[in-house]
Amino acid sequence: MNTSTRSLLLEINSLQTWFDTRAGTVKAVDGVDLTLARGEILGLVGESGSGKSVMGYSIMRLIDLPGRIVGGSIKFYGEGTQNEDLVNATSDRMRRLRGSHIAMIFQDPMMSLNPVLRIDTQMIEAIQAHAKVSNKVARDRARDMLGKVGIPSPEERLQAYPHQFSGGMRQRVAIATAMLNKPELIIADEPTTALDVTVQAQILYEVRKLCRESGTALIWITHDIALISGLADRIAVMYAGRVVETGLVRDVIAAPRHPYTAGLMGSVPSNNPRGKPLRQIPGMTPSLSNLPKGCAFAPRCERATVTCQQVPQESPVGAEHKVRCFHPIESIPAQSRHDRIKV
Amino acid sequence: MVVVVFISMYALGDPTEVLIAPDASQEVRDKLKQELCLDRPLHEQFFYCFVGNVLHGNLGISFVHDVSATQLIFDRLPATLELAICALLLAIFIGIPLGMLAGLKPQSPIGKGIMTGSVLGFSLPTFWVGLMLILLFAVTLKWLPAGGRGETVQILGMQFSFLTRDGLIHLLLPAVNLALFKIALVIRLSRAGTMEVVHQDYIKFARAKGLSTPRIVFLHMLKNILIPIITVLGIEFGSLIAFSVVTETVFRWPGIGSLLIQSIAKLDRPVVVAYLLLVVFMFILINLVVDVVYSILDPRVRLGGRS
Ligand SMILES: Nc1ncnc2c1ncn2[C@@H]1O[C@H](COP(=O)(O)OP(=O)(O)OP(=O)(O)O)[C@@H](O)[C@H]1O
Ligand code: SF4
Ligand SMILES: [Mg+2]
Repeated sequence: MNTSTRSLLLEINSLQTWFDTRAGTVKAVDGVDLTLARGEILGLVGESGSGKSVMGYSIMRLIDLPGRIVGGSIKFYGEGTQNEDLVNATSDRMRRLRGSHIAMIFQDPMMSLNPVLRIDTQMIEAIQAHAKVSNKVARDRARDMLGKVGIPSPEERLQAYPHQFSGGMRQRVAIATAMLNKPELIIADEPTTALDVTVQAQILYEVRKLCRESGTALIWITHDIALISGLADRIAVMYAGRVVETGLVRDVIAAPRHPYTAGLMGSVPSNNPRGKPLRQIPGMTPSLSNLPKGCAFAPRCERATVTCQQVPQESPVGAEHKVRCFHPIESIPAQSRHDRIKV
Repeated sequence: MVVVVFISMYALGDPTEVLIAPDASQEVRDKLKQELCLDRPLHEQFFYCFVGNVLHGNLGISFVHDVSATQLIFDRLPATLELAICALLLAIFIGIPLGMLAGLKPQSPIGKGIMTGSVLGFSLPTFWVGLMLILLFAVTLKWLPAGGRGETVQILGMQFSFLTRDGLIHLLLPAVNLALFKIALVIRLSRAGTMEVVHQDYIKFARAKGLSTPRIVFLHMLKNILIPIITVLGIEFGSLIAFSVVTETVFRWPGIGSLLIQSIAKLDRPVVVAYLLLVVFMFILINLVVDVVYSILDPRVRLGGRS
């Protein structure tokens, strides 16, 4: 899967989304560049608070006050759309795009379906918001989609209310709803984090399959770098509102170049020697309203030097592999890499 | 409760003092007392006369009007019900939209203005607002009548004002007056509900589906905030009926509220007791209705829902 050989779907340039709070301006997303090809699956990884959800909401233009997009552009090259910049699109235009061209799934399946409306109501309205379709036809489409995401006896389940489903089933309903209009892009914000591991694996597998079949591009947001390796084509690692490393999954996983990515990899249990305490990245996630000057990772980075008081720019370290670091880790085999990371 | 009322009405004084001319002979007095069962000690009055009658479905004869207390109350009830329902509708159809608007735009001048209005609605005394309404619309502007029920229409043996133009005009001011406090309450409730619901994931998901704002507001949000509002309004409807006393007095509205005031003044015990029993019965009935409406609105409380 190569960005250059496929046509571009999404192109984000120096996007900035800030929140004006009483404690100061929180720069949740601060200069993110990201591209996505049609049908590509991108894993967006980072610690809690690194700005992943805000990224997703920014693309959907679902940022509410006190948040606002203060700069940058989000070019969307959708089918039948004219290279529009979502940052400047009117709210009516965005409403038309949402759910039909770009869909989103949220983290908590217990909360993302309206508790007082039946499943059929919530699915049919998603179709009818974008096309003049009779109730009967819309209902049939909803039922078929429920079947596709693995819900047994979908015809009866259409008449149920959300509280009659388990968490995993609710998330399937949400996924089916997101896929109803065959969007070109789905943003999935940690949709399996709240579910248990077996359900998580099933859903992951099904979503991947459905996206591949329909050629839908997917941005899968997660803090679990191990999960991404089996799912995505490409990976983008976020730290404190910036993408610090992007590349093809196999390149990044095999040889992470940014010290933060290496730290994330090092803390995956299966990458740790048995019987020893789990490695973790020293220090805490920084407060976004009070970031250190220069590289935000510097206080936690063992490679930091005085140069790191400047902001590192994104620089290529391989084919499609970019990193934002003055002293990237040299390409070395995975085994010896572990020895470098402090326990 | 009945016992408490019984005793306190007894303690208030002797109704015969009020009912009979001061120069009446002792003989007349005794005869009346005997008729009204007032010649016996209190406990006998209660057990022998009152409970005995109630068991025969009779709440007693009004000391003053000489008709059965039940009859008296049911003659007056439609007027109060009409007023209370009208006030309730005003509270719902004015309070909910304003409250939701204030909840959607809490920082805007409109949102803040609505909240200021609701503070006034809460804090101004009902009787004073009633008098001001009369002063403005009836006395100064002469648009609306100052009191009374106006023309009525008889349905199923009961008189109603809301079906005639004249009746409606008479109904308007007292209904607004009675509704004012409830409108303020509903504004508060729907604003708080809206501000909570608006941040829920399911609203964000509804927006992510590309639904129009009216659909999100009037279906997804409204149906969720209605649940607590219906509960509170149910309880409040009881109090609308029970305590429409002030408004009915100010606007000379011939309902059970003004009947109660007159009866207390004249120590007409059977009417007061019958009134209280009716109010208790109403509260029970309303609770039942609220439970039913609640289960229609909220699928989670429906029986046998889980599969
Ligand atoms: N409504 C808001 N008001 C103020 N700050 C906000 C708001 N929403 C998000 N933020 C800030 O933006 C930052 C990034 O939040 P975001 O939700 O994107 O993190 P995340 O990477 O998705 O984390 P998680 O893994 O916990 O979901 C956080 O530091 C948060 O404080
Ligand atoms: S720029 Fe410097 S501080 Fe930042 S990650 Fe690279 S080495 Fe560490
Ligand atoms: Mg998040």
